[in-house]
Amino acid sequence: MTLQHDAVAGRSAAIRPDLRALVRDDRVHRTLYTDPEIFAEEMVKIFGGRSWVYLAHESQLPEPNSFLSVRMGLRPVIVTRDRAGALHTVFNRCSHRGATLCREQSGVAKSFQCPYHGWTFRNTGELVGTPWPQGYGEDFDRGEFGLHKVARTESYRGFVFATLNESAPALTDWLGPATGWLDYWIDRAPGGEVLVRSGAHRMGYRGNWKLAYDNAGDGYHPAFSHRSLLEMASRMGESKDMAYFGRSPDEGPMRTYMLGNGHSVIDQRPNYEGPGSFWANQRPQPGRERVEEYIRAEYGADADRLLDLCVGSQINLSIFPNLLIIGNQIQVVEPLAVDSTQLSWHATSIGGVPPEINTMRMRTQEDFPAFGEPDDQANFEEVQRGLAAPEAEWVFANRGLNVPGWQEVGPDGVVSSTATDELHMRHYYATWLDLMTPGGVR
Amino acid sequence: MSTEIPSRFADTSSWSYHIGNDYYRELSRQSELLREDWPESTTDELSRATSFLAGEARLVDEGRFNDWLELFTDDCLYWVPVTPGGGEPTVEVSHAFDDRRRLTDRVYWLRTGLAFCQIPASRTRRVIGNVETTVDPSTGDRLVRSNFVVHEFRAGVTKIYPGWYGHVLRSSSDGWRIRLKQVNLLDSDQLHENLTLVF
Repeated sequence: MTLQHDAVAGRSAAIRPDLRALVRDDRVHRTLYTDPEIFAEEMVKIFGGRSWVYLAHESQLPEPNSFLSVRMGLRPVIVTRDRAGALHTVFNRCSHRGATLCREQSGVAKSFQCPYHGWTFRNTGELVGTPWPQGYGEDFDRGEFGLHKVARTESYRGFVFATLNESAPALTDWLGPATGWLDYWIDRAPGGEVLVRSGAHRMGYRGNWKLAYDNAGDGYHPAFSHRSLLEMASRMGESKDMAYFGRSPDEGPMRTYMLGNGHSVIDQRPNYEGPGSFWANQRPQPGRERVEEYIRAEYGADADRLLDLCVGSQINLSIFPNLLIIGNQIQVVEPLAVDSTQLSWHATSIGGVPPEINTMRMRTQEDFPAFGEPDDQANFEEVQRGLAAPEAEWVFANRGLNVPGWQEVGPDGVVSSTATDELHMRHYYATWLDLMTPGGVR
Repeated sequence: MSTEIPSRFADTSSWSYHIGNDYYRELSRQSELLREDWPESTTDELSRATSFLAGEARLVDEGRFNDWLELFTDDCLYWVPVTPGGGEPTVEVSHAFDDRRRLTDRVYWLRTGLAFCQIPASRTRRVIGNVETTVDPSTGDRLVRSNFVVHEFRAGVTKIYPGWYGHVLRSSSDGWRIRLKQVNLLDSDQLHENLTLVF
């Protein structure tokens, strides 16, 4: 029986093929990228119903009563800090007739008043009052009409996640070994002080959200998808920045690590050697020569460390389902529809460095969104277009599967492989399946 | 106003020594001037400014990017802020913050034939209006402000980008050269697909 038959004919949920038949050891079915029903289910289960979801960085909520309006899957939510500093997530949806309460992206507010009929809620969700309360009976209990609260909101060193699942594992357990990689990224900043204070590159593409997740852990594509960037970099001669992806990446020292629960990381750092190496190998950005002269003159022996902080972390850390740490950026995968996705690239500044270093970081963080990411997104859109052919059913993730000597288990139990292994896709699809099918395969 | 550039860094298509704190201060001053109320300009000034903008627009719309690049000064900036109106580029990212070197890179990149986001290339046509002009009292540079609507067709989809330009033009023996082109998209801080066309 072909799995496609049902999808082509149109079907009811009752006869939908078992998702377990759509995720195989070496391939996944095209409908995982094209089927609006599967997408709708993902938005409920994977984006909050069962799993933790990344929502915000604490620096976006800098003071008591700060708020940030974001999406949790397709749910409009407000992440708030109460007057004592604790974090909450509430649906941005009036409990009365459903209008969104908060129509600004961020700000400071102790309470939200619905612009439609004036119901007012504390930033922790409780209903404070309704206009002309005599219109409600004496049994009206304000306690029953608070905003829908997201069960748990937790922060790992500034990274705010939430879940509707009361019985989800502790956030640190869900992150598992990914915490060590986040620690590396955070601790590059002196005192671990990371700041999101710039507007974001909000990039959109006409394709499924998982195309971005497939790509973030993919060490196979750069030599091809980023040919324009690599070619541009050679305009002024030798550039090592990312060029290692083009030269037999399987023979180089880069590794990809599977961190459990769909998280993975590509470590590009072994391509570099010691302090100053990130900076020395960076493709030049505006102001480079001046900032280098100034920092070396002012900071002497400490200059290499500071200059390296202008450059990205050289890890690509993917935290399932929607947080991608790339370079110095915090990238958030925001699905809009089965074939439409927003990728928000939040540029970061850091504390404890001269302002010139942060300015250089801004110039650095403009580079890939301008000359790298658009080529990937063009390819994502072309994948989505290609997947419209129903008879060609499968998307393959079989590179590295059963190849002797590629995967190895580290002392910490973490499985790693060469950077072009598509192990990261096989890895996260196992988690995807678990979250989508109760009592799943594992 | 500008810092002495050491001779080894003189070629600004390869080196970027001149972008320092003084450069950012000057950019901030120019950007503020571009938002101020200006006295009414003469018909002749307006007509010269308008025809310069039309000529520049034609080079971009016809994909003549090498010719377009030649319109810029050595210390130029092609700037497309994310924050509406410009924001503070020392602490915020831009869609484009192209000094001469990065602008040369951008044109080179567009012409590699390998940028898949520009295969097929964007076809664009733009309309420019509401042109105003004055002179920067401290440098003598010509300031020009205008509204634009850029229409783009690419890969089966037509898109529309409204906004306003701020141009700072410097006189040269060859006519005006662009010292600053600030492109203020109406929705610069919002979602955009494939923002790789040239504004």
